[in-house]
Amino acid sequence: MRTRWRMALLVALLVAAALGAGACRKKTPPVARPVMPPPAATTTPARPPAPPEPVGESPVVAEPAMAEDTMASRTLDELNRDSPLRPVFFAYDSAEISPEAQQALNANAEVLKKYQSWVVTIEGHCDERGTAEYNLALGERRAVAARAYLVSLGIPAERLKVISYGKEFPFDPGQTEEAYAKNRRGHFVITSK
Amino acid sequence: MLRTNLLAAGIAAALGTAVLLAGQAPPAQQPPQEPRPTQEIALTITGEPGTLPRYAVPDFIAASPEADTLAAARVIGQVLWDDLAFEREFDLIPRDTYQSIPAARSLTDVPFDRWRELGADGLVIGSVRRVGSDLRVEVRLLQVSTRQSALSKEYTGATANPRLFAHTIADDIHQNQVGLRGVARTRLTFSSDRDGERLGGTVEERTVKEIYISDYDGANQRRVTTNRRLNITPTWSPDARSIAYTSYRRGVPDLFISNIYQGTLENPTKGRGQNFLPAWSPDGTRLAFMSDRDGNPEIYVMNRDGSGLRRLTNHPRNDVTPTWSPAGTHVAFTSDRGGSPQIYVVAVDGTGTRRITAESYCDRPSWSPAPYNEIAYASRTGSGFDVKIIDLSTGERRQVTFGEGIINESPVYAPNGRHLAFMSNRTGRQQIWTVDRMGRNLRQITTVGNNTMPDWSR
Repeated sequence: MRTRWRMALLVALLVAAALGAGACRKKTPPVARPVMPPPAATTTPARPPAPPEPVGESPVVAEPAMAEDTMASRTLDELNRDSPLRPVFFAYDSAEISPEAQQALNANAEVLKKYQSWVVTIEGHCDERGTAEYNLALGERRAVAARAYLVSLGIPAERLKVISYGKEFPFDPGQTEEAYAKNRRGHFVITSK
Repeated sequence: MLRTNLLAAGIAAALGTAVLLAGQAPPAQQPPQEPRPTQEIALTITGEPGTLPRYAVPDFIAASPEADTLAAARVIGQVLWDDLAFEREFDLIPRDTYQSIPAARSLTDVPFDRWRELGADGLVIGSVRRVGSDLRVEVRLLQVSTRQSALSKEYTGATANPRLFAHTIADDIHQNQVGLRGVARTRLTFSSDRDGERLGGTVEERTVKEIYISDYDGANQRRVTTNRRLNITPTWSPDARSIAYTSYRRGVPDLFISNIYQGTLENPTKGRGQNFLPAWSPDGTRLAFMSDRDGNPEIYVMNRDGSGLRRLTNHPRNDVTPTWSPAGTHVAFTSDRGGSPQIYVVAVDGTGTRRITAESYCDRPSWSPAPYNEIAYASRTGSGFDVKIIDLSTGERRQVTFGEGIINESPVYAPNGRHLAFMSNRTGRQQIWTVDRMGRNLRQITTVGNNTMPDWSR
């Protein structure tokens, strides 16, 4: 899990580096890009034996400076596609903030404190094992619970909009426990910066 | 011979319904009675003792030679057969057994003996003729044994939708023969992602949902909204001229009313809080809905234009999914105030809240029209949901769908209380189905994309 997160970060950095280079508009010929590892989202079903590290190792040092630059220069779509804000997950038919969810929200609070101008929408989502109508209320509760926790950490409520999607926009349409778990979430979308 | 203009009949029916609903006395109400044609002798066609009367409905006669008249004659016969079968008041003789009987060339030239051999008690014959730009349809319901006419009517209307002739005739026959308000001219509305349009600017691929309408049998499916956002929970106004729904067209979920014949839009809640799940009062003057404007999901009631807002529930847990009693005196809703989502009933003045279910998880109460006094709802059964009905006078419950691990949810009643529309994912995708209130006569209404949250026009 941790290595996957790190990989995702590295991919982000590489993309950011590429974009940053592009933004300079110098007529540099396209650098032979390092072979991109598959994006973290597409998990290979049978896990390959050794977690491939090769691509990621060298640029680690450059992290902080580049992150700063790219956050500022990226569009909302780019930011949201590879969001620095983590989703929070919920138990079945529950809007309670678990210890794991607290960790994610603590991290999100740090990001929001760093980028004071960001306004985010917290989307409440549910799995299909609740009814469509009731899930509209449950999604609302989840989004509001995540907002309340962030407000308790000092993030102004005006920067945190909430919206319930019930079970209308599942992240994984599957009918497995794993899919359901992914769909019970508070999802963060940066709406202005 | 009674001559009826279809449009005038439609308007008259709509007005009749409105008047009836406004003046209805709680709790017993009669289905609307259309005036009986006085020039006819009341004749009820019966079957063998203990059996339903057997009906035959052959193709109508094309009395003028245009291609669309020929097509209409065929369509009307088939659709009328289906409409009459739907209420299960008649035993419809399969149409593929009529081949041996020579097709009638006029309404007076009927081989009664042949129909009698086939076992028909009642025979519906009709003719279709083009008159100017309209179709004129003559129909007779004949008692085969006596050769007497139980119903004789003439209808004139546009050529564009021959099915509407069949639906009107079916409703007239049900009214005339069994005093039943048929639903052949009613319509469904639902939310559909069939267009496959993606929401722009989001991280994940999200398919928009638009509001659709269709005839009660699934024919004539048409799109109502075109805003390319999420549009859900549509509900017909009692006069079936407007649809209220939840739309994310401005980002935050809010209530809109689409006046489908004028193409105008109203926004009674004007973006205050998140607003969902509008439900029309039976007289069409008010809407109940769910909103988080005061901090958590509660039920509110307002006038159609947004004025006169009143909060109906006040509980820190979720209060959601309102539905009106047929007399407009009570609202049923879902609440998890007791720990899990269950159905509650409250008087429309906010008093006398009582819980009526005690199961594992219940939602989407839908209050039956009179004469039935029951509430349909979705109930968790194992890992899925099923449609159940609770009789409010006896407290007895019965299950309407049986789908282990399958989701059957969002039940709503047909205006005569005899049928339900609901969503089921039994075929893999989410589709609208109808079933009668005893769990028989299951029919699939939609097949394209995912279709959810139906409502049935009054």
